[in-house]
Amino acid sequence: MKREPSMLVEARGISKQFGGVEVLSDVDLDLHAGEIHALLGENGAGKSTFAKILAGVHRPTRGTLKLNGSKVDVTNPIAAQKLGIALIHQEPISFPDLSIAENIVMGRQGGGLLSRVPWAKIIADARQYLDMLGVSLDVTLPMRGLSIANQQMVEIARSLASDSKLIIMDEPTAPLTPREVDTLFNIARRLREEGRTIIFISHRLEEVRMLCDRVTIFRDGAHISTQKIDDISDEDIIKLMIGRTLKKFMRKHVAEIGDIAMEVSELSRPGAFEDVSFTLRRGEIIGLGGLVGAGRTDVARALFGVEPAISGHIRINGVDAMIHTPTDAIDLGLAFVPEDRAGHGIFATLSVEHNLTAAVPGKIAPSGFISRSLEREISRKAVDDLSIRLASLRQPIAELSGGNQQKAILARWLLTEPDILILDEPTRGIDIGVKAEFYDMIGDLAEQGRAILLISSELPELLSLCDRILVMSEGRITAEIPREEATQENIMQAAVPRKGVAA
Amino acid sequence: MTLVRSILLRREAGIVVMIFAFCLAVGLYKPHFLTVQSLRIILLLVPLIMIGAMAQMLVLVARHVDLSIGSILGFSAMVVGLMYREFPDIYWLVGFPVAILTGAFLGLGNGLLVTIFRLPSIIVTLGTLSLYRGLTFIISDARQINRSVIPTELKAMSRTSPIFDIPWIILIAFGVALMTYVVARHTQLGRQIYALGSNPEAAPLRGIDVAKVTLVVFTLAGALSGLAGILYASRWGFVNPSNTGAGFEFQVIAAVVIGGVSINGGVGTVSGTVLGVLLLGCVSAALPLLGIPGSTQNAIYGAVILIALLIDRSVRQRGVTSLSRAAS
Repeated sequence: MKREPSMLVEARGISKQFGGVEVLSDVDLDLHAGEIHALLGENGAGKSTFAKILAGVHRPTRGTLKLNGSKVDVTNPIAAQKLGIALIHQEPISFPDLSIAENIVMGRQGGGLLSRVPWAKIIADARQYLDMLGVSLDVTLPMRGLSIANQQMVEIARSLASDSKLIIMDEPTAPLTPREVDTLFNIARRLREEGRTIIFISHRLEEVRMLCDRVTIFRDGAHISTQKIDDISDEDIIKLMIGRTLKKFMRKHVAEIGDIAMEVSELSRPGAFEDVSFTLRRGEIIGLGGLVGAGRTDVARALFGVEPAISGHIRINGVDAMIHTPTDAIDLGLAFVPEDRAGHGIFATLSVEHNLTAAVPGKIAPSGFISRSLEREISRKAVDDLSIRLASLRQPIAELSGGNQQKAILARWLLTEPDILILDEPTRGIDIGVKAEFYDMIGDLAEQGRAILLISSELPELLSLCDRILVMSEGRITAEIPREEATQENIMQAAVPRKGVAA
Repeated sequence: MTLVRSILLRREAGIVVMIFAFCLAVGLYKPHFLTVQSLRIILLLVPLIMIGAMAQMLVLVARHVDLSIGSILGFSAMVVGLMYREFPDIYWLVGFPVAILTGAFLGLGNGLLVTIFRLPSIIVTLGTLSLYRGLTFIISDARQINRSVIPTELKAMSRTSPIFDIPWIILIAFGVALMTYVVARHTQLGRQIYALGSNPEAAPLRGIDVAKVTLVVFTLAGALSGLAGILYASRWGFVNPSNTGAGFEFQVIAAVVIGGVSINGGVGTVSGTVLGVLLLGCVSAALPLLGIPGSTQNAIYGAVILIALLIDRSVRQRGVTSLSRAAS
């Protein structure tokens, strides 16, 4: 410990572009042999991208990597494995129909396609690696049905099987119970004693303090700081994680706040969110901030009846509401623009006009049969109102740009004339010009007296648009901050889980 | 107890029970059905389907499907038949490598279309199903290869036996099953096929050359269909451009699915597939014996397949729930 620690990894100028967008720029990072190194940063700061570059999943656009002092080119995951680098995903990648033993050794055996599978050795080896981890599993059973914690153990056993010197754990603790986290940490410490290096990606500062030797903070794709964990306070870590410059956009005018539109009390769905209460008024925009996985989307899905809450009450316009299905929610005047546009938002192969009118079948078919002219007229007006840019109403919606698809989804919901709009990350992945239009639109909607719940991971977006900001962390609301008092710091303070949460 | 239960829960156990139940039921009406003689009839009905089922099993496990194997069978049989007709002096065993290579070549064609153009195999092989069948007509001038052309030694393989009075073609079929077992269970190729079908996205991350494995699987399926093609000539003594191998793919897929191979890939055993083939063989043998007219046999055949799948599903569902209840 006294002498200069030997260097396992030296990364210099690592950059990565995806489709012209630079998600990682000129990252330098040194990793010592035998340390546990935390990688921290906001959502989208580039932690996972960096991890994937080390593990050969992505190739850097620029930059060099040295391993034990010699330059290496990690061209693919197998090359990484041969170099002794293993990446353990939060939800491990596996072959569910193959045995645990095969999953542990898969990719390690050489030999031609017709060479024999040494079953006895595979099973004995797999047992041995799991024994080293103190895990008892029947390695001949199929992978399917293992708990996430055990799947992670299998992945760690895999990294031992390839004698990995660098093990990257990408948010491994998020799906684990506190006891499982303890087991994982003990194993991580043992691996460190064996001289292996671990990169630990997490949002939980408390865990980072318990486990890690040094911490590196990323922000907006850049390396910000690397320090010994004992030399830096939680507050400083959080400051370094944010510190993003506010973009220029400001809401034009604040709408007049009216009556209570929605009142949510003690809403819970165990495992997703607990005891969520808030009120939302007409003309008001409430922001729901927090880290990915904090339970924000689950709350939205519960409010809209996609996955209803188990307990708690929702009152709409002062009346108790029973929302069990999205149809109930639509009837009560709710609209929900989901985060996963491709998966939940659009009917990709259908035309723009079919997409627009999908939620209002009654409007276009007054007689029971769909009136094409009415459908066209309604769609045309919606397209004009939101200035959706398209070649033709008959174009498949998938051909539009992301921003225009998102506008179309919003337009679809506006046709239902909702009182309450839930927008889940509405500006994710759309370009800045369209973003600004969106901000104007959201402001206008509030001015028309609609109530808006805006889920966003972009702090500047929350700060500039919202009247109030609720912050969620690990399924609970940890802060409610009025517009005037809201800063990036106090939102992040509330968003980062720090105290151990009793399960 | 747990050993018994885990054996009973296996797919194979359910099919064995169904085979016995079916044979007993038929035997009540026609005791003649429960004799060695009818076992021989059943076994003579299955060799081609057995070989096709091994091919299809590998393809399905890799999360693909090959609808063209019947047409490959037909084309390979026709190539061999034409060879025997044009070169009557050729040594008869030459037909085997010719048939197998012809089939492998057509299978490779499927594989290339699937891997190079990234097309779904169901579409590709639906196309080659027609294409290969059409080529069979073209090379044969739409004329049948007659009995006199097929070498006597080849035809004899369906009757004569080297051992225990079991004809050659049955031995070949079981030999293919055994080889498939070894490939599936004990070679890197086999395990990579299962891995690919179980999680295609993860396969390249674990060093599996997806294109190579896919090509090999389709080529292998083609080669086996080619082998089935020459055995067709042996068994029936003729090759007809429109009949030979027509509908073969559906019989084969039925047998394989009854045998517990998942159409979602990653799951399937040789033993289950063999049993699925035997169950279909029993049904095919029993229908004429029961005096069911040919015109309704197809419908009954189809119904039996559906019933077998439904019984299997409900039995296993119950088995799994009772097992998990016992565990908790």
